[in-house]
Amino acid sequence: MQQLKKKNEMLYFAMRNTKLRIGVIIVLIFVILAIIGPYITHYKPRDYVAPGPQPPSSEFWFGTTSFGEDVFSQFVSGLRATFIVGILGGGMGTLIGVLVGFTAGYRGGWLDETLNMLTNIVLVVPSLVVLIIIAAYLEVRGFLFESVFIGCFAWPWVARAIRAQTFSLRTRDFVDLARLSGMKPLKIIITEIAPNMMSYLLLVFILQFGGAILTAATLDFIGLGPTNTVSLGLMMNNAVIYGALLLGMWWWFIPPGLAITIVVGALYITNVGLDEVFNPRLREM
Amino acid sequence: MKRYFSRKLLIYILTLILAVTVDWLIPRFMPGNPVQIMIARAGLKAESAKLVYSEYMKAFGLDVPIWQQYINFWIALFHGDFGVSLWLFPRPVLRIIMDAVPYDLLLLVPAILISWFAGNNFGAFAARSKWLDNTISPLGYVLTATPYMWLGILLAWALGIVVHIFPFSGAYSYGLMPSLSWKFIGSLLQHWVLPFMSLFLVMFGGWAIGMRNMIIYELEADYSHYLEALGAPKNLVRRYAFRNAVLPQITGLALQLGVIVAGQLVTEIVFSYPGLGYLILQAIQNHDFFLLQGCFLFIIIGVLIANFAIDVTYVLVDPRTRAGMTGEA
Repeated sequence: MQQLKKKNEMLYFAMRNTKLRIGVIIVLIFVILAIIGPYITHYKPRDYVAPGPQPPSSEFWFGTTSFGEDVFSQFVSGLRATFIVGILGGGMGTLIGVLVGFTAGYRGGWLDETLNMLTNIVLVVPSLVVLIIIAAYLEVRGFLFESVFIGCFAWPWVARAIRAQTFSLRTRDFVDLARLSGMKPLKIIITEIAPNMMSYLLLVFILQFGGAILTAATLDFIGLGPTNTVSLGLMMNNAVIYGALLLGMWWWFIPPGLAITIVVGALYITNVGLDEVFNPRLREM
Repeated sequence: MKRYFSRKLLIYILTLILAVTVDWLIPRFMPGNPVQIMIARAGLKAESAKLVYSEYMKAFGLDVPIWQQYINFWIALFHGDFGVSLWLFPRPVLRIIMDAVPYDLLLLVPAILISWFAGNNFGAFAARSKWLDNTISPLGYVLTATPYMWLGILLAWALGIVVHIFPFSGAYSYGLMPSLSWKFIGSLLQHWVLPFMSLFLVMFGGWAIGMRNMIIYELEADYSHYLEALGAPKNLVRRYAFRNAVLPQITGLALQLGVIVAGQLVTEIVFSYPGLGYLILQAIQNHDFFLLQGCFLFIIIGVLIANFAIDVTYVLVDPRTRAGMTGEA
C-alpha cells in the first residue's frame, strides 16, 4: 500500500513537470518518425531517384543529394540507426559502469583498488581517439561493433558514481541486517542496494544514451562509421565532402545535425525533469 | 598532497604505457595487414610483390620476434622516431605533427579557457533568477547537445558562404606563406574566428549549465543558510557559493577533455584547419598508418599533460588537497 502510494506521487509529479513532458514528447515524436519513416518513403536511402541536386519539394520532402538520392529516406533510416546506437551503446556503457561500480563499491579491498585504477585510466583516455584508431584498421565495420565499442569506453564516470553511492549504502543498518541474516552478496546488491539507486540508474542511462549518439555521429562524420548503413553523421560527412556548403544545398546538411541536436537536447531536458521528480529538493514550488 | 600526486602520476604513467601498447598492438593484430594493403594498392606482379613484401617487412622491422618488436617500438619512441609518413613521403611523422600542433593549441587553448570562464560566470549569474534561468538554461542545453561538426558546418555556411564575413577554409589565405608579418597574422586571425566560435559555443553551454546547477546546490547548503540567517548580503553568499561551485567545474574540465578533443578534431575537419584532426583525416584517407599512430600517441600525451595541469590547479585552488584531507579529486 505504501509502495503504491509512493508510485502515484511520483507519477503525479512526473505528469506535472513541464521539462519532463516537453522532453519526452519530443523524443517520442522522433522515435515514431524513426519507426514509421522508412514505410512512408518510396525510396531506399542509396537509390538513384531523380537527376542532380533538387531543393525540397512535395515529391522529395528534404530534397535530393548531388547523386540524386532522396535526403528524407536517408534521414529516417539514419534516425533509426541513431536510436539503435543510443540504446545499444548507452545500454552497454550503463551496464559495464553498474557492474564495475557495484563490485568495487561493495567488495572493497584490493578488488576496489584494481577496478578504481582501471576506471581512472579509461577515464583519462580520450575515447573517440581510441575508437578512431581501432576503426581505421577495419576494412568492414558493422553497426553492432560501433555501438558496443562506444559503450566500452563510455562507462568510467558511471562506475565512479555508482561506486561512491554503493560505498555509502553498504554500511547502512538494513544492509548489515541482510548480511547478518546470511544473504549472499549478489542478492544484497540486487534486493537491498540497487532499489535505492533505481532512479539514479535511469538518469545515468539517459545521459549515456545521449552521449553514445553524439560519439557515433562524430565517428561517422570522420568516415569511420558502419560501412553498410546510412547514418546521420555519414550524411553530414557526404554533404561536406561533396561540396554541399559551396553549392548552397542546405537541405542536405541541416536536417541530420538538427535532428541530433534536438534529440540529445530533449534527452538532457528529460533528464533534468526526471531529476526534479525523483529529488524533492530540486522541485520548483 | 604527496600521496595525491603520486597516485595521479601512477595513473598517468599506466595510461601512457597502455596507450603505447595499444598503439603497437592494433596494427599487428587487426585483420588486414597494412603492408599487404600498401602492396595491393601498388598493383605489382605476384613475384615482385613477394620481393617487395619481404623488403618492406625488413624495412619496418617486422621480421624480428614479436617481443623484440615491442621493445624496439619503445626505443624508437624515446628517440622521437615515429616512423616516416606514407602520405607525405619521405617526411618523418614527428615533423608533420610538430607543424600541426601549434594550430591545435591556437584553437583549443583559448576556446577552453574563455568558454570555461564565460560559461561559469554566466551560469552563476543565471542561477535562481527566473527570467535569466528560463532563457539561458534552455539555450545551454541546446548548445551542449549540438554536435561540434554541425555547428561548424552551420557557421561556415551562414557566415562564410551566405554572408561573406569570414573565410571558412584553412588557417590562413592560400596565397600567403607563414611568416611573422602583420598581413599573415591578420589572415591567421580571420581564419581562426569561425572554428573558435563553434568550439566556444558548444563548450560554453555545458559550463553554463553545470555552474547553474552547482550554484543552486550550494545555495541550499547549510553554510549558505547560516550566512543568510546572519544577515549577510545576497552577493556575499553568492560569492562563497561560487568559490565552492568552481571546484567540481575544474574536475569537470578534466573529465570533459576527451569530448573536447574529439570536438576539436571534427571542427578542424569541417574548416580544413591544418591541425591534428585534419592530419588524422588525411592519414585515414591515404592509409598512412604511421601518421595515424603518431597522432594517436600525441593526442594521448597532450591529454595527459593537460590533466596534470588541471590537477596542479586543483591543488592550488582547494586548500583541502594540500592538507591531505581528501585523497581524490
